[in-house]
Amino acid sequence: MLEASLTKKLWHFTLEVQLQVNKQILVLLGPSGCGKTTTLTLLAGLFKPDEGFIKLNNQTLYSSTGKINKPPQARDIGYLFQNHALFPHMTVRQNVFYGLKNKRCKQADCALDPVEMLDSFGVGHLIDRYPRQLSGGEKQRVALARALIVQPKLLLLDEPFSALDKNTKTGLRQELKKLHQQWQIPFVLVTHDEEDACFLGDAIVTIENGQVRKHSPNVVSA
Amino acid sequence: MVFFSEMDWHPVILSVRVAVIATIIVTCLGVPLTRFMARKEFYGKDFLEAAITLPMVLPPSVVGYGLLMLIGKNGLFGKTLSDMGFTLVFTWYAAVIAATVVAFPLMYQSAKAAFISVDLDFEKAARTLGASEVRIFFTITLPLAWPGILAGLVLTFARALGEFGATLMVAGNIPGLTQTIPTAIYFAVESGKDVLARTLVVIITVFSFCVIFWVNRWAKKQNY
Repeated sequence: MLEASLTKKLWHFTLEVQLQVNKQILVLLGPSGCGKTTTLTLLAGLFKPDEGFIKLNNQTLYSSTGKINKPPQARDIGYLFQNHALFPHMTVRQNVFYGLKNKRCKQADCALDPVEMLDSFGVGHLIDRYPRQLSGGEKQRVALARALIVQPKLLLLDEPFSALDKNTKTGLRQELKKLHQQWQIPFVLVTHDEEDACFLGDAIVTIENGQVRKHSPNVVSA
Repeated sequence: MVFFSEMDWHPVILSVRVAVIATIIVTCLGVPLTRFMARKEFYGKDFLEAAITLPMVLPPSVVGYGLLMLIGKNGLFGKTLSDMGFTLVFTWYAAVIAATVVAFPLMYQSAKAAFISVDLDFEKAARTLGASEVRIFFTITLPLAWPGILAGLVLTFARALGEFGATLMVAGNIPGLTQTIPTAIYFAVESGKDVLARTLVVIITVFSFCVIFWVNRWAKKQNY
């Protein structure tokens, strides 16, 4: 369960969002530059809000009144970047193992096997390749594996289909839906594409110029 | 050319030693400082940047004069040091200081461009994966900025090796003690020792050429 209410003054408008999502896919829909990605960075702790709070499974990650601001390292939030942000100087294997070598994961004894995980995403055979040798869809799958291997309690996805051709996109969309059912954690997905939003979203929040225009529980969900 | 066995190798050895130590100091101070400057905005940053870069554009004699005011016998720090029994001027330590100050801006410029070119999303991704800031620096930022930092390293070394003006003013030209290749060449020409001058010129030219050539070749291959 994620609950958040955030205010951040950006140079041309003020971003004000309230979100509440259970183990569902929440889609943030809106045109470019409306503050969707900024919302994700605020949730992940990569950017500091001016006011508000973020609660994940009843744990406060940020609170302006309580003066709490956990660093991104301590938030247990996975982030799928729009450009994948796979480390270019590391192989697929090194990319996926990267998160496992951190303190939090060592203590928690992450039980997932990265090789198995890559196999389940259909990219196991690419394990010794470098990101530059992968196609857009393959990069996306590797980035997903890397984000999920540390067992986050929330997954943020920034325009996950923007760099993909139509066929790959349709396939990946379905996979993502299945993945969500498997993982049982809230997903917050940012897109400017209404079709994607309707297909994936259990709930859709439309943002315009930093303001939430409407909340809608999705009825066309397939 | 003088036969290598008969030649006085002191200037060559000292030059290399000074250049190596100066490069180490510049790297250890410069890389963290540059990374800080490339990521943070603060009041007075432009001023500080101009001050760091200044020795690159000032005549070396001006840098030398400035250094004398700082570390000279009656200088700002030199006086305290000489009260404690240390003298810096006209020792090879002074040559190291001169080389460090003059070469620092070169490292700063290269490393800064290198750090800025590293996409911030890589660092952010590492953060969401739980990596500490120190781990991020050594496993993400530094490896990705490495080509630019290596270029800075080489330029620093080459500049430190060739430093003449400021070195002459603060370290002098004492054969066997503070005489480096550039000062040795100057005084060999002055006193008509053409053969020695020519030999040293060949050594330093060939060496510098090889270094630049190799770095350019290497930098071409580094594309992720």
